[in-house]
Amino acid sequence: MRAKKYKELKSNNFIIAISAVVLGLLAGALLILLIGQNPFAAFWYILKGALMNVRRIAMTLAISTTLMLVGLSIAFAFKTGLFNIGASGQILAGGLAATTVAFAVDLPHVPMMFLIILSGFAAGAIWGLIPGLLKAFFNVHEVVSTIMMNWIAYWVVFYFVPAFLKGPSLETESAMLPYEKTLRLDWLTNIFDGSNYVNAGLFVALFAVIVIKFIMDKTTLGYELKAVGHNRYGAEYAGIKVNRSVVLSMMIAGGLAGLAGVSYYCGYSGKIQIGVLPTQGFDGIAVALLGASSPIGVVFSALFFGLLKAGKGFMSGNTLVPPELADTIIAVIIYFTATSVMFRKFWDKRFKKINEKHNVYKSDSNDIEEDK
Amino acid sequence: MWETITQIAPYAVAYTIPLLMGSLSGLVSERSGIINLCVEGYMLVGYFISALAISILQPIMGNAALLAGLIIAMIGGAIFSLLHAFASISLKADQVISGTAVNLIATSLTVYIARNVTGSGNISIMLGIVRSDVPLLNNIPIIGKLLFTNTYWSTWLCIGIWAFFWWLLYKTSFGLRLRACGEHPSAVASAGINVHKMRYVAVMLSGALGALAGGVMIVTYSGEFNGSVAGLGFLAVAAMIFGQWKPLGILGATFFFGIATTMGNVSQLFASLSSFPPVLFKVFPYVITLLALVLFSKSSAAPKADGEPF
Repeated sequence: MRAKKYKELKSNNFIIAISAVVLGLLAGALLILLIGQNPFAAFWYILKGALMNVRRIAMTLAISTTLMLVGLSIAFAFKTGLFNIGASGQILAGGLAATTVAFAVDLPHVPMMFLIILSGFAAGAIWGLIPGLLKAFFNVHEVVSTIMMNWIAYWVVFYFVPAFLKGPSLETESAMLPYEKTLRLDWLTNIFDGSNYVNAGLFVALFAVIVIKFIMDKTTLGYELKAVGHNRYGAEYAGIKVNRSVVLSMMIAGGLAGLAGVSYYCGYSGKIQIGVLPTQGFDGIAVALLGASSPIGVVFSALFFGLLKAGKGFMSGNTLVPPELADTIIAVIIYFTATSVMFRKFWDKRFKKINEKHNVYKSDSNDIEEDK
Repeated sequence: MWETITQIAPYAVAYTIPLLMGSLSGLVSERSGIINLCVEGYMLVGYFISALAISILQPIMGNAALLAGLIIAMIGGAIFSLLHAFASISLKADQVISGTAVNLIATSLTVYIARNVTGSGNISIMLGIVRSDVPLLNNIPIIGKLLFTNTYWSTWLCIGIWAFFWWLLYKTSFGLRLRACGEHPSAVASAGINVHKMRYVAVMLSGALGALAGGVMIVTYSGEFNGSVAGLGFLAVAAMIFGQWKPLGILGATFFFGIATTMGNVSQLFASLSSFPPVLFKVFPYVITLLALVLFSKSSAAPKADGEPF
């Protein structure tokens, strides 16, 4: 009898991601218990709120769309050795550019969509270009420069929108974009029972995931970008233009976050508010980390976080638990993915014991076979 | 113009002091080698705890509640900062990610608790610090009117704390060890000093200072916890970098930024300033920090072991 080949157990990204999620949910449950509520009921209402009917599923998908693009931006930057903490600013830059272009230009719906997508990508890329240049030529750390860029975007939007895009009623947001200037699609809205949150951004996001996966896995460019991220000096020695790669990586990352801004401001909400630094820029870090910085992983973690975000309103409407619970859970999950060393050690210890048992068994059976 | 400046000065000072404490919070932590991007989070925690403590204590203790609230906030901030310390010192996690997570935890957790306390999530205090003139000094020509008129006592407390930390970092052996942890931790370890312990102390001090920054906002110009310190923590980090990780540097940088931001806030009220678009004043600190980073890129004074786990 041939012994089944035993594959050694090792901790991997999936197990670590699941551990972080479980601990995040446990922390959430603890917080609910602390205020004397029932955690199971709260979680059940989150699920119900996110998936109860077609309209709510549309909402979940729409929220996930933005998170997917931001997560992809940050994941891509991670893979190329950069930490894009400035996605918030790039979202604002992309959203502002797309909204401005949409108001300024008159085109039929489909060419219009391409135009605002392009302008959003371009603005996000420019917002990434500056930190990229600073990193490549002046060795300024991108974490610091992108944070500065976040607040520059915040204040530019703060003064630009009331001055040029103001709506008839509120000082704090732009006018509502009409349907033919947004990413909304009638047929998609009809499928989802009239919910106009879900928009063409979803297809943009999925397309971007495929493109980034292709670039990273199948092209020389992707290989070079990853090589620079892995070891800047090694890559330089191998003849890769390091400075060009750093700038390009930051631009692509910025562009992807810019697309997230388009999907959010020109699809999900249809207008741009001032005085808000979009939290998606930071939630995207959670999405990227939980998805182990892989494009496919990002899709699933964006759906998970989208579900939490979409269901939190329904939960707080039906229980006494405040909606910030969902954000706390996301924050705790980031904290635990940051400290994943802890889980890696924990699981490796567990697995080592199991593996040792198996190895003992395997060597015994080998002896028997040799005897024959 | 002079008239304008004397009118703006009290606001600029009031705005600068939390910024100075936030910057100092970043400085103490980074000089020990722990990147501190969670000043915003510490400030929020202090903002929240001081508002909650003062709103509870004020009916009982009256005016003393303000000082008590600040102290409680500092203790709370020090405890909260253990999250960052544990991740970045004991578990050797990426300090930027840990800092981001700590910021997000602060943002969501404070509002979560606040909503359970008041429903709306806003907590206001009855009365903040009453402005007063500093006796004698307010009669000094020029600076008397600029700096010693209409001041909060918390301003003097914070400047005292800043001076204390300057002394602590540069004139004591504790400070020398702390700074050495940020430059060359293995040298410190070989001298028989526990680097982890030093860094824990530094991060907790940093948490207390950050929380004090938030608390000062409550007792001076804000008066109400509303779930956001509007990026002041990040502005403080920018000031720390612009001030090149030095106490005197951050003093200058925060006043510089404080004045720029205040001018942006009030520019529409004064004819002499209204010709500049306010957005210029607001983005000015960030742009100038980027420029400073470029200029200092060859000779940055950043602690050498900043961000490196030991």
